[in-house]
Amino acid sequence: MAAPLSRPLKVSRSKGYVLYFTVSCCSVLALFTIWWIASHYGWVNPLFLPSPADVWSAFTDIAREGYKGSTLLGHVGASLRRILIAMFFVFVTAVPLGIVCGRSRLVRAVFDPIIEFYRPLPPLAYYSLLVLWFGIGDTSKVILLFLSGFAPMFIAAVYSARRIPADRINGARSLGANGFRLYAFVIFPSCLPDLLTGFRTAVGVTYATLVAAEMVAAVSGIGWMALDASKYLRSDIIYAVIIIMGIIAILIDSAIRLLIRRVSPWIEQ
Amino acid sequence: MGTRAVNAAETVEAGVRLTDISLAYGDGAGGRPVLQGVNFTLRPDDFVCVLGPSGCGKSSLLHIIAGYLRPTEGTVRINGVLHTRPDPQVGVVFQHHNLFPWLSISENVAFGLRMAGIPRKERMRRTADYLSLVGLESAASLLPHQLSGGMKQRAALARTLAAEPSIVLMDEPFSALDALTRESMQQHLIGIWQRTRTCIFFITHDVDEALLLGRRIMVMQPGPGRFVEDFENPLCQAEIGLPLHELRAAKEYIPLRQRLMMSIAGDRTES
Repeated sequence: MAAPLSRPLKVSRSKGYVLYFTVSCCSVLALFTIWWIASHYGWVNPLFLPSPADVWSAFTDIAREGYKGSTLLGHVGASLRRILIAMFFVFVTAVPLGIVCGRSRLVRAVFDPIIEFYRPLPPLAYYSLLVLWFGIGDTSKVILLFLSGFAPMFIAAVYSARRIPADRINGARSLGANGFRLYAFVIFPSCLPDLLTGFRTAVGVTYATLVAAEMVAAVSGIGWMALDASKYLRSDIIYAVIIIMGIIAILIDSAIRLLIRRVSPWIEQ
Repeated sequence: MGTRAVNAAETVEAGVRLTDISLAYGDGAGGRPVLQGVNFTLRPDDFVCVLGPSGCGKSSLLHIIAGYLRPTEGTVRINGVLHTRPDPQVGVVFQHHNLFPWLSISENVAFGLRMAGIPRKERMRRTADYLSLVGLESAASLLPHQLSGGMKQRAALARTLAAEPSIVLMDEPFSALDALTRESMQQHLIGIWQRTRTCIFFITHDVDEALLLGRRIMVMQPGPGRFVEDFENPLCQAEIGLPLHELRAAKEYIPLRQRLMMSIAGDRTES
């Protein structure tokens, strides 16, 4: 019995991918060209839109000399460190709690109202409270990032646990999996693809909160750099920082997507 | 645990015994009866095919035997011991293969052994045995999504058998396969049963499949679900070893098939 082990689908997909990639590149190139033309012919006030050359030189300046006390890598590292710590705690708390809530209606009834209440709140609304509670140091910043990432991760975990087919749980119990081992060997791996997708969303939300988190009493971080530069109307630096932030976001996102594909190759994307 | 041992000692009997099983959805008099007064015994080497129209409660019955569903009344005893929750004594093969997509085929087959705490070496040996029983040695390291439908279902069967249950419940396991694959799976299953002689409780709505596989055939009717026929299959292939086409040509085949069709459909017009 020869099984169809090679998937011919892959060929056509990669062909489509090349076209997609080419069109995307052209789109980005077109945007840069318009930017360059607009600033070159002075269509827009350079304060609003500095030329690509100015932004580039702002970037090389920061990269070479750093910005106000730390190197560029130092700023990026400070921000990523905050996100990393926050996401670590998001994963280890929201995932178990969400999975248990997904499996038990009663536990869900306990936590759902609380999370549904705080989830839509703008983080800035309660940031001042966090600063009051935890001070102006890194703790309050990390907690703000944690809270913004917790809700999407929790919701993904609840959803993933509720989506497990009843037969899979039943079959596993008939094979002797019970209690903790059912969670560890069947429920958690069943949820993992959805959890990673939720993690991706949560990282995105956390990242979007980064500037807000670095607003108060920070002296480092890329979010803070953008804010600080705006005080001196250094729009060239703001643009450079925004582009750096964008590129970092894309890199993080691709890394998570790669991880999802590695962990769950059976899910066709 | 102590009472269990006493119960077992009282009624030492091999096989599966269902006593006065009733199931109703909803409460009291307003409840909709699904099963009523189901009694039967399966011998340890039985191969039973259960036939019945859809909605006759055959899947509910399977869920009760497996321990997924608690009957409103009645008891299930496996080798004399009361069975109320799923455990490795009762293996289940589902309509959909239901393999764990993140585990390789051999890891899937080894799952029950791993849960039972069997040492790695012994586990690997037994996994290899059951993989070769279903003819999947070459697929051991593949993931389920890389297999064809029939291979997945064979892997699911191997996974269930590897846990060495007292009874294997099969809920229309071949109904999602194409006709050719289904026939080869039926032959596989006969071969496997001849070698292992494990008790199989096989639900189907396909009369031909029941005649081909079952050593014993039971027919259910709905409203509420109950058994109306229970007989030894005179055509049973596993016993007489006829190939499929000869079985179909046997002179008892057509009248028997006719009788079963009537017995299944007859009730439909009544209720």
